[in-house]
Amino acid sequence: MPVKFRVNGRQVEVDVEPRLTLADCLRHHLRLTGTHVGCEHGVCGACTVIVDGAAVRSCLMLAVQADGAEIVTVEGLSSDAELTPLQKSFRKHHALQCGFCTPGMITTAHALLSEEPDCDAARVREVLSGNLCRCTGYIPIVEAVLDARAAYQPKAGTRDRGGDRA
Amino acid sequence: MRTVNSLIGSPIERFEDLRFLRGRGEYVDDLAARNDMLHAAILRSSVAHGRIRSIDVAAARALPGVHNVITAKDMGNRVPRVPMRLQPLPEFERFGQPVIAENKVRYVGEALAVVLAGTAGIAEDALGLIEADIEPLPAVADRHASAAEASLLFEEVGSNLAMRFRALRGDASAAFAGAPYIRRERFRTQRHMALPMEPRGLLAEWDAARGRLTVYGGAKVLFFNRRTLAKQMGLPESAIEIVENDVGGGFGARGEFYPEDFLIPFAARLTGRPVKWTEDRREHLMCVNHAREAECDVEIACTREGTILGLRGHAYVDVGAYMRTNGAVGARNVAQFMSGPYRIPNIDIDVALQLTNKTPVGTYRGPGRFETDFFRERLLDMVAQDLGLDRVEFRRRNLVSQREMPYQLATITPFESKDELDSGDYHATLDRCLHEIKWSDKSKLAGKLIDGRYHGVAVGCFIEGGAAGPKESARIVLELDGRYSVYVGSSAIGQGLETVFAQIAADALEVTIDHIRGVFHGSTSYVGDGYGAYHSRSVVMGGSAILDAATKLREAIRTQAAQRLACQPSEVEIVDGVKAVGPGGKSIGLNSISDAGISADGAFLNKKHTYTYGTHAAHVAVDPKIGHVELLDYVLVEDCGRIINPMTVHGQAIGSLVQGLGGAMMEHLVYDQEGQLLTGSLADYLIPTASDFPNLRAIVFGNHPSPINPLGAKGAGEGGIIAAGGVMANAVANALSALGVEPRELPLTPTRIWELVQAASSNKQSV
Repeated sequence: MPVKFRVNGRQVEVDVEPRLTLADCLRHHLRLTGTHVGCEHGVCGACTVIVDGAAVRSCLMLAVQADGAEIVTVEGLSSDAELTPLQKSFRKHHALQCGFCTPGMITTAHALLSEEPDCDAARVREVLSGNLCRCTGYIPIVEAVLDARAAYQPKAGTRDRGGDRA
Repeated sequence: MRTVNSLIGSPIERFEDLRFLRGRGEYVDDLAARNDMLHAAILRSSVAHGRIRSIDVAAARALPGVHNVITAKDMGNRVPRVPMRLQPLPEFERFGQPVIAENKVRYVGEALAVVLAGTAGIAEDALGLIEADIEPLPAVADRHASAAEASLLFEEVGSNLAMRFRALRGDASAAFAGAPYIRRERFRTQRHMALPMEPRGLLAEWDAARGRLTVYGGAKVLFFNRRTLAKQMGLPESAIEIVENDVGGGFGARGEFYPEDFLIPFAARLTGRPVKWTEDRREHLMCVNHAREAECDVEIACTREGTILGLRGHAYVDVGAYMRTNGAVGARNVAQFMSGPYRIPNIDIDVALQLTNKTPVGTYRGPGRFETDFFRERLLDMVAQDLGLDRVEFRRRNLVSQREMPYQLATITPFESKDELDSGDYHATLDRCLHEIKWSDKSKLAGKLIDGRYHGVAVGCFIEGGAAGPKESARIVLELDGRYSVYVGSSAIGQGLETVFAQIAADALEVTIDHIRGVFHGSTSYVGDGYGAYHSRSVVMGGSAILDAATKLREAIRTQAAQRLACQPSEVEIVDGVKAVGPGGKSIGLNSISDAGISADGAFLNKKHTYTYGTHAAHVAVDPKIGHVELLDYVLVEDCGRIINPMTVHGQAIGSLVQGLGGAMMEHLVYDQEGQLLTGSLADYLIPTASDFPNLRAIVFGNHPSPINPLGAKGAGEGGIIAAGGVMANAVANALSALGVEPRELPLTPTRIWELVQAASSNKQSV
């Protein structure tokens, strides 16, 4: 059945089976393969995307449920020119190794910092506890998110859901 | 101006990150769909042990969209076996795994049939239409049932014992006969697994016209897997290319040759169409190598002053249903590393590899070492308490000292393989770790009850092997633009190879890092012969091969430049890696001679191992009412020889430590007595999350370069995991010492600790 939504600022229309997950729709129909699928049962968080401003597991949502929604994926939080402040912070703190959980970490952290730019370490840990990482031990990820808070302060400029494009 | 050798030792930010952070990594499932591509789904046995009566695939075949269904029958009488990659002893061949179940099934998850369909959804739908009639046989659910042999996995062999390894040094029976103090204990580590975040996947393309096969989704050991697949498919190796895409973690498990590594290429050739398969997480938990299920009955002999005289006993490793690829390594290492970093002159340990109806085992980061560190370090704390010795002094007295290096480890039979600790100052990491955790202050809290929780501290030591031989290859090409391309036989599994190898190459070529066009590691077509990524070998082996290639390339450049400059090669000096200067200052840019196609192949051959080493210490608070353990502080100190990139080494130390804490505290693949896996999802199989272990630190240095390779490097990345089980168990025992709690089994879940507390208090009441 036909579904229309906006993804990364672009209006799209796809024809999908009702049982198709949003994750598979993004990956295989729209070729947005930055959204990763790690468990397909909502535990690992690798498939996290931002739906109408909220971090959502795209493996637990059907594509048809996204009709009319505004979706942002890791590709929408990136630019060719240079890394965003959040991405730079991840790189600086060595907050990724194999990179598989990274898009989910970026989308989750972006949603958190957009809402709570003053969150503390305990809050970061609480929110990130829904995203599994097997490489880093989380310590550098938490440091990276905390270090990126400055870029999300309202005074740092206008914020939009498309992210802090550099 | 630049200083030569300024990159090695620098915390260079990783190049890989630039694509990963933007979601532009290309993992195997990210590959674009091919024209006419089929999707594979695999029917897996739900019976742990049984005889196959029939598999009826007619209804599945009839489902619209299904192209074909493959069972063992489609392979005639030639169902290939998954080979042993390491320790390929003939005895293991009897227990080899058919790539698809033939007459029997031996574990839940074993492949029965492969459905090929136009979409993944239809392929999965069709699985439900296959009727597998399996006559159940009694499941061999643990090592005791295995040894009892009332039910046999391989009737034709007549035994469930796959092999027995033995570690020997000195004369253990003489040492025990005269020993003033002996203690015997039984310990157990639980079945758990590597669990990389990316599930496996494969995409195979068969080019019938050219007789060529391309397989995407390789990892870790591409060249061995190509050799295996070539034999199984009756193709020359040169007709197969295995491609490694970005790989979402390895930790020993990902990239070994699994049944699907034959089934998917076989399906592509059979159908003449590209075939793609992506594993789901449930399949991953059932099918990828398990690890760590070991038990020991071990005895230690000491003087009353605390000098260890000997170690002897028996260990039992549950190897699951088949012997495949590296399935013997963990058990072998349980034999060899029971002594760890300590001077134990007399050793006699045998290890039985017992087959059970569970998923076959393979290596998981620190194989055999995590298990033995738990056994040994627990035992050492118990001995220290018995003899009234200080735990730290007891360890200090027995650690191998620097002047004893190289130090011979126990010899392992049946290989007669010998190994020695190469170098280092084990006492230095112990002292540094105690200093960092403030041992003298913290140990005052030992056993204290504060706000309803008991505090405990513990310390433990480890060694980490690296640098497995026999060889690694590298090739460096001077490109037309004057930059260098580096090709290696090593594999990237997420550890940052591209950055670290670029650092090594740039220093060896005396150029800045932007002169390295790229490090290429993802294909069997780049170098003639490669050995991959395991046993912490990439930097030592691949890095040393890059050094060799760089030396040879510089010779080739001098030779080429000498012709242009009309002088002898020995008169040519390469300046900053960008120009060649001859006598009288005549110079030529390297980009202007690169059209001659200058490249050089290098290799590094090695038979010895490096040993990284270190110490862990922990401070915990245990709530005896609910069994919860809070980790208040944890320090890991290790010396891993010459460090190429301190940032990535530190990252791996922390990451591996958290994996180790997972194994110590929560991870457990639970089976019932019917051989059913009860933890088939990530809601059941728990791994650490961001909120579990916030308080830990790693200090990694390179004060003692390895003497056995030109880089002076040792393996790194496994040291964090190895000592975590022993140290956490000792910290809990220390905390609950007033109650007399002595953990002898992992994981230390709240339930287990609560039960230990209950048992200890009822013992006290009954006394």
